[in-house]
Amino acid sequence: MKVLRPARLLAVVAGLAALLVAAIALGLAWGPSDLSPADALRVLLDADATGPAADIVRRIRLPRVAAGALVGAALSVAGVVFQALLRNPLADPFVLGISGGAALGGVLVLALGAALGLGASAVPPAAFAGALLTTAALFGASGLRGRLAATTLLLTGVVFNAFASAAIVFLASLGGMAEGTSIFLWLIGNLAAARTEILAPLALLFALGLACALPLARTLNLVALGDETAEQLGVSVETAKRILLLATALMVGAAVSVSGLIGFVGLIVPHALRLVLGPDHRLLVPASALAGAAFLVVCDAAARSVLPGRELPVGAITALVGGPLFLVLMRRERARGWLT
Amino acid sequence: MSARLALEGVAARLGDRAVLAGVDLAVAPGEIVGLVGRNGAGKTTLLRIAAGTLAPDAGRVTLDGSEIASFDRRARARIVALVPQDTQVPFPFSVAELVLMGRTPHLGFLGFEDAHDLDVARAAMQRMGIEALADRAAPTLSGGERQLAVVARALAQEPRLLLLDEPTAFLDLRHRLEVLTVLRERAADGASALVVSHDLGLAARFCDRLVLLGDGRVLAEGPPRDVLSPDTLRAAFGIEAEIVTAPDGTPLVVPRSVTTR
Repeated sequence: MKVLRPARLLAVVAGLAALLVAAIALGLAWGPSDLSPADALRVLLDADATGPAADIVRRIRLPRVAAGALVGAALSVAGVVFQALLRNPLADPFVLGISGGAALGGVLVLALGAALGLGASAVPPAAFAGALLTTAALFGASGLRGRLAATTLLLTGVVFNAFASAAIVFLASLGGMAEGTSIFLWLIGNLAAARTEILAPLALLFALGLACALPLARTLNLVALGDETAEQLGVSVETAKRILLLATALMVGAAVSVSGLIGFVGLIVPHALRLVLGPDHRLLVPASALAGAAFLVVCDAAARSVLPGRELPVGAITALVGGPLFLVLMRRERARGWLT
Repeated sequence: MSARLALEGVAARLGDRAVLAGVDLAVAPGEIVGLVGRNGAGKTTLLRIAAGTLAPDAGRVTLDGSEIASFDRRARARIVALVPQDTQVPFPFSVAELVLMGRTPHLGFLGFEDAHDLDVARAAMQRMGIEALADRAAPTLSGGERQLAVVARALAQEPRLLLLDEPTAFLDLRHRLEVLTVLRERAADGASALVVSHDLGLAARFCDRLVLLGDGRVLAEGPPRDVLSPDTLRAAFGIEAEIVTAPDGTPLVVPRSVTTR
C-alpha cells in the first residue's frame, strides 16, 4: 500500500525547490532587456557585479520576482487550506470574501486617493486593512463562539464578495478615466506595483501562514473527512479551524494587497498537485507553496515579455492559462472517478 | 468492575428541541449493546455524547469510571472510536490512507506513521476483507466499500469502546454479518460496542442487550427477547408486529402494519 514516507516528502520538496530556482532564474532573465537565466543568476549572486545588468536584475526584477514568488505561494497554500477546511475542491483563496474586502480597500484609495492626497503607495495598506476588517466580520457573522460551519462561511463569503463588487463598481464610476484604468488593472491583478518596501511585511505574513499550516497539515487531512471524524480521532477541530482560517486570511490579505486579485493560481495549483502527488496535505501544503511560487514567477515573466514594449497584468495570463488548464485538470479528475 | 461506558441522566438539546431527556445507559467491558429506536429518537446524539464529541446539557458520562470530559482528546480517542453515519470523502484519499487515519491518536510528535501503525492498518483492512482496495481512491468506492473502510479505520484506532452509527446500512447481508462478527471477536477480547441499528433481527442475534430509545428516553432495555415485544414496538415505532422465535431462541420481529390510532 502506498502511504507517505518522510523520504518521499523530502524528495518532492527538493524537486519543487529546484523548479522554483529555475523559475526565479527565468523571471530575472526575461523582460524588455533580455539576459540569459545563467547570467541573471550570476549577476544576482556576485556581490561585486556592477553595470546595467546588475541594476536591472537587483533593483527592478528581483523585488518583482520575490513578490511574485511570495504572492503565488500564499495564494496556492491558501487555496489548499480552504479546500480542505471547507471540504470543497472548488474553494479558492478568494472564496471567503477576504479578497473582496481587500479589493474594496485598495479601490477606495485608487478612486478617491488623489482627492485625499494619498499616492499609490497607500493602496497596499488600505487593501490589507480591508482584508482585516472582512476577516473580523467573517468570524463575527459565522459565529466565533459557536462552531465554524463550512456552509455559513461560504455563504458569508459569497455575499461579501458580491457586496464588495457592487461597492467597487460604484467607486469606479465616481472616478475619472485614469482612476478607472488603474482600478481595472488592479482588479485583474498585477505585480507592477511590487516594491522592495512591501516585501518584508508580505514575507512575514506568508511565513506566519505557512508556520500555522505546515504543522497542521495532517489535521487538514482529518478535517477534510469531516468535523465529526476529526473530532472523534482526538483533533481539536474548532481550534485548528480558527488558527488556520485566521492565518490564511492574513496571508491572502497580504497577497491581495500587493497584487490585486490574481485569479486561478489558488485553484489550479492545488488541483494539479493533487493529481500528481495525491491528497495528503503533509505533501500538498509545502508542494503548493513551492509550485505556486514557481508558477506565478513564470506567468509574470511571460506577462513582461509576450507583448514587445508593454506589459500585461499577470492576472490576465493566469486566467488565460488557468481557465483551460483547470478544465483539463477537471477532466482528468473525472476520468479517475474523483468527481461525479 | 465499573462500566466501560456509563450515562447517567444525560440530557441534550439541539436548538430548542430536547433530543435526550434523562437517559441512563451502561455498557460493560466485553458487552455489545444495540441501540434501537425510530428515526429522530436521539440515537446519533447519544453516540456523539458517548464519543465525547458533543457535551451533554445535563448528566454524567464516564469511561471506565472517569468523567469523559476529564480525558485529554487524544487519550479519549485511544479508548473510544466512533463510526459516524456520514462517511462521504470529498478528496481522493486511498483506502490505506483512510484506515491509517485511525492511528491519529497513537502517533508521535512528527505525525508520521511507523511500521507498527502500517501493520495495524493492514491487519484491520485484512479483517474487513478490503486489502485489495488499499490503493483505491475513496470517491471511487461504493457506499458499502466505504463503510467497510470506515469500520477498518475504527479497528485501527484500537479502541476499548466502539460506537457505531448504523454501520451496516449500506452493506449486503454477508458484509453485515462480517461487521457484527468482527464486533463479537473484539468483545471476546474485552472490548465493548454500542451499535445503532435498524436491522432488529441482526441486533437481536448479535447484541447482548438492546436499549430501545424513544422521544429522548429509554423505553425498554434488557436482553433482546425482553425488549422486543409487540407492546414496546408499538410504543417505540408505531407498528404492529409479531415476534417469532428462531430455533436458537433469537426473537425475530415480523412487521405487520402501521399502528392506526
